[in-house]
Amino acid sequence: MKIAVCIKRVPDTETRVKIAADGASLDESGVKFIMSPYDEYAVEEALQRRDKAGGGEVVAVALGPDAAQETLRAALAMGADRGVLLKAERIPADALAVAKALAAELKDGGYDLVLFGKMAVDDYHHAVGPMVAELLGLPCVTAVSKLELEGGKGVAEREIEGGVEVVEFALPAVLTAEKGLNTPRYPALKGIMAAKKKPLEVKPPALGEVRVVAAALALPPERKAGRILGEGPDVVPELVRLLRTEAKVL
Amino acid sequence: MDDSLFFTDQHLQVREMVRDFARTEIAPIARQHDAEARFPWTTVKRMADLGMLGVPWPEELGGAGMDYLSYILTVHELARVDASHSITCSAHTTLGTSPIMDFGTEEQKRRFVPYLAAGKVLGGFGLTEPGAGSDAGGTATMAVDKGDHYVLNGSKIFITHAGVGEIFIVTARTTPGHGNKGITAFIVCKPTVDAEAAAAVGTGHAPDLPWTRGVSAGKKEDKMGWRASDTRELHFEDAVVPREQVLGEVGKGFVQFLKTLDSGRIGVAALCLGLAEGAYDEARKYASQRKQFGRYIAGFQGVSFALADMATEIEAGRLLTYHAAWLKQHGKPHKLEAAQAKLYCSELAMRTTIKAVQVHGGYGYTTDYPVERMMRDAKVGEIGEGTSEIQRLVIAREILGDVVEG
Repeated sequence: MKIAVCIKRVPDTETRVKIAADGASLDESGVKFIMSPYDEYAVEEALQRRDKAGGGEVVAVALGPDAAQETLRAALAMGADRGVLLKAERIPADALAVAKALAAELKDGGYDLVLFGKMAVDDYHHAVGPMVAELLGLPCVTAVSKLELEGGKGVAEREIEGGVEVVEFALPAVLTAEKGLNTPRYPALKGIMAAKKKPLEVKPPALGEVRVVAAALALPPERKAGRILGEGPDVVPELVRLLRTEAKVL
Repeated sequence: MDDSLFFTDQHLQVREMVRDFARTEIAPIARQHDAEARFPWTTVKRMADLGMLGVPWPEELGGAGMDYLSYILTVHELARVDASHSITCSAHTTLGTSPIMDFGTEEQKRRFVPYLAAGKVLGGFGLTEPGAGSDAGGTATMAVDKGDHYVLNGSKIFITHAGVGEIFIVTARTTPGHGNKGITAFIVCKPTVDAEAAAAVGTGHAPDLPWTRGVSAGKKEDKMGWRASDTRELHFEDAVVPREQVLGEVGKGFVQFLKTLDSGRIGVAALCLGLAEGAYDEARKYASQRKQFGRYIAGFQGVSFALADMATEIEAGRLLTYHAAWLKQHGKPHKLEAAQAKLYCSELAMRTTIKAVQVHGGYGYTTDYPVERMMRDAKVGEIGEGTSEIQRLVIAREILGDVVEG
């Protein structure tokens, strides 16, 4: 089974965000970068599918700066067979431009499955996976929390509001991974050793036209301090009144 | 310390993985295992699977095939979260496995190391006796030469993994009398005392090891710290050890364990450094969240200066430890630097954990925060694998030479 898994290098979720001098990007100084956590589920799923099929290849693909090689090495250390970096100084804010570059790379790869995380934790787009599916003309299932594959067909579960949706689809397909799809493995030390020797190709991306740019970034307003009205049943009417008129949550 | 001083990208990957594992898998269970003084079989099995029990040994012998710095990073990162897991890795690797790698015959390496390096069983090192600690000349365990085998009688104390482990390097006297000559190291095997737990997790017992009749684990120590690490007596009662299980040459036991302890000190330094860092991390976090008199306590000089001192001393400890590790990795003499790193970092861990408890105030004295455990875990760093006094003796001898020999 040949599987592509598209991963993204993103700032660690514990990063204390600072905005760069241009007012429209992240100040990367001192920021630690990681593989977007949803992508880890995608990588794990790809590895399990390959191993269950008794062979094949898992190709990790990333679009990003040179440093994204580290992110690809992390996927190789987990067990992916080779990596492809579509090297771009900056990842465009235009999801379609990114999707076009990935689709161009994946188009002739003969993949049975293309996996993504359901979203990148830095931009929350949820967009690149479905866009790639559209560009490749493949069926797409997003936010997959359970997956079964058999004989060129797949059944996936998606957690939807108040329930679970079960969908069937034909392979090849593009899937995006939800948290809980599996438990991503830690890269074993042997895996880290082996990753060094695995092929990692770096090439320019065939980016689409960039029609969306990040104009400005702003930090959310600081949370105001809470207020304690008092204790006991006597203050309940006042609390209800304030929740209605001030906080406007009732 | 800038990472590029000692580390490659691969070292950083190792650090990242161990750090992630320790925070995610070990941190939530550390307190419980400490309270119950229970060996953490489940996480140890996962450490074995990830290669953490054979970091510096060749892949063909079941190890991860990495270098010494990767091993020291592993010990260091584990200790930031839990010293017991860290000493399990360190004692198993440096004390339980490295003597066979350093002094064993090819046959002994092939026979025993694959079990240890892959973490299929745990290893240990039996040197200390009731009457012989740093003065190994007092070794009273006797080994009588019977031609094709030796018969061992005696007892060891404070042996890490004596209960849970299966392969041990032990010292015994092959020439009667007192003194450092005439001590020989042997490889002995006994089944784990935790057979059920080992079977449940699928590691810790290898039925095909050559069991040494007459070797058994004794009383389990009820310790102040390192409580999830297994420390017991190890007894020899007419234990029959085949001649093939003499480690290296007869009479070389003393020289062998001096060398083993030289390197072991770097591991203990890394463990203590990790403990100090872990306690500092906790103190800094707490001081930045706890408000008194209308401001974060980190804003008070009394607290911020304490944190400044901790950070500075930890930086010094890092440089001492990784420099010593670098020397060993490059085959350079490191006796002095290893003793200095161990001395400094063990005392650093004690100072830092005490201060971290103080920063936490009353909360620090409770088990709701990990700093009280870290403070208990720190003390043995000044004692195990050579007390601070012995480190000063080693350092003094190195810098003064014959003058101190008298």
